[in-house]
Amino acid sequence: MRLKIWGCRGSVATPGPDTTKYGGNTSCVEVMLDDETAVVLDAGTGIRALGLDLLQRGTRQIRLFLTHLHLDHLEGLRFFAPLWDENVSLEIWGPRSPVESLRDRIMRSFSPPLFPLDFRDVPAVITFHDLPGEPWLGGGIALHSDLVLHPGPTVGFRLQSGGSSVAYLPDHEPALAGIDTSSPDWISAGALARDADFVLHDAQYTEAEYDAKIGWGHSSVADAVAFGELARVERLLLFHHDPLHSDTELDALQVRARELWRGEGAPPALAYEGLELVLD
Amino acid sequence: METQQQKQLVLILARAFASSLSTPTLLADARGFLVFYNEAAEAVVGRRFSETGEMPLDDWIAAFEPRTGDAVPIPAEARPPRIAFDERRPAHAEYFVTSTDGVEREIEVSAFPLFAHTDEFVGIIVIFWRT
Repeated sequence: MRLKIWGCRGSVATPGPDTTKYGGNTSCVEVMLDDETAVVLDAGTGIRALGLDLLQRGTRQIRLFLTHLHLDHLEGLRFFAPLWDENVSLEIWGPRSPVESLRDRIMRSFSPPLFPLDFRDVPAVITFHDLPGEPWLGGGIALHSDLVLHPGPTVGFRLQSGGSSVAYLPDHEPALAGIDTSSPDWISAGALARDADFVLHDAQYTEAEYDAKIGWGHSSVADAVAFGELARVERLLLFHHDPLHSDTELDALQVRARELWRGEGAPPALAYEGLELVLD
Repeated sequence: METQQQKQLVLILARAFASSLSTPTLLADARGFLVFYNEAAEAVVGRRFSETGEMPLDDWIAAFEPRTGDAVPIPAEARPPRIAFDERRPAHAEYFVTSTDGVEREIEVSAFPLFAHTDEFVGIIVIFWRT
């Protein structure tokens, strides 16, 4: 199993000279599997370049797993080139809502005045599937999902292949319900991240910034580190970088994360566009 | 995935909510097990939750001998927690209990079911007051 990060910025795309090191595209991660199946996590603006790459590779079967439908995780979908290819089959998986179907909620962004075309105009064959549910199995992996603490229906993922695992928790504020408890089963996403080789986890804010943004759904670097230690992760990758944070400020965030880290695994690092993770 | 026990997110949030309340509150999961009560409840029942641990809610409540003002025992199925659990609807009642410190107390109990989705029952929340 290999993963490639196509976008790890939070909230809004942030291109420019201050973000060239970590990248300005919003959340999108590609999972490359044994059987050439394309699995994509989230449809932030990073998915635009990924889509072009997938078509160039001849990929026509794609599974897109959405953690939630906030715009920074969905805004790239309309510009995902495979969507506009009638030979493409696309499964979209996302968290269900008690009031409206996944399809209807996504369709809102494909209609005027937000977008010139209607969802009916999309030529790819698309099916919709609710999460969480039974693990998705394919390409030699099991993809588990569970609801996690973030405003609105939101899931996190754990991908397992043999003895290797990766957890993807780009938008997550476990501290809101407490992460200082002695019972790991009471920590949001604790089971998804437990003993994972890599955990991509929200660390949008510095500790000082977080004080003014409690309840917004994102973590401080200190809480991300605390979560990683409690879950005994092998390598914590800080994700969902704040759009106000330049490369220089993100470098400092990584230094702070490593000061705080008391876990047994490797010291935390920052996710960046183009980073590839290889698991045995 | 590892088979580690993970509480449902609604229960995690309810526990955080209950922890912040000064009103005695307890939670049971979809199995009917008491999984948490807050400090305000600890003051009434006379025992910390860490000493009690998870256990069937009916068994835990029975230890307090719920009864009417005429000392008639109230069966489990007539108590608000069991109604909320079995019938998946809110329920409220007043009755007498004996705390672990031996003190008889009159309390009012409200219980209601928790649904993550309309078809996904995850447990109940029970709030009680001393009258």
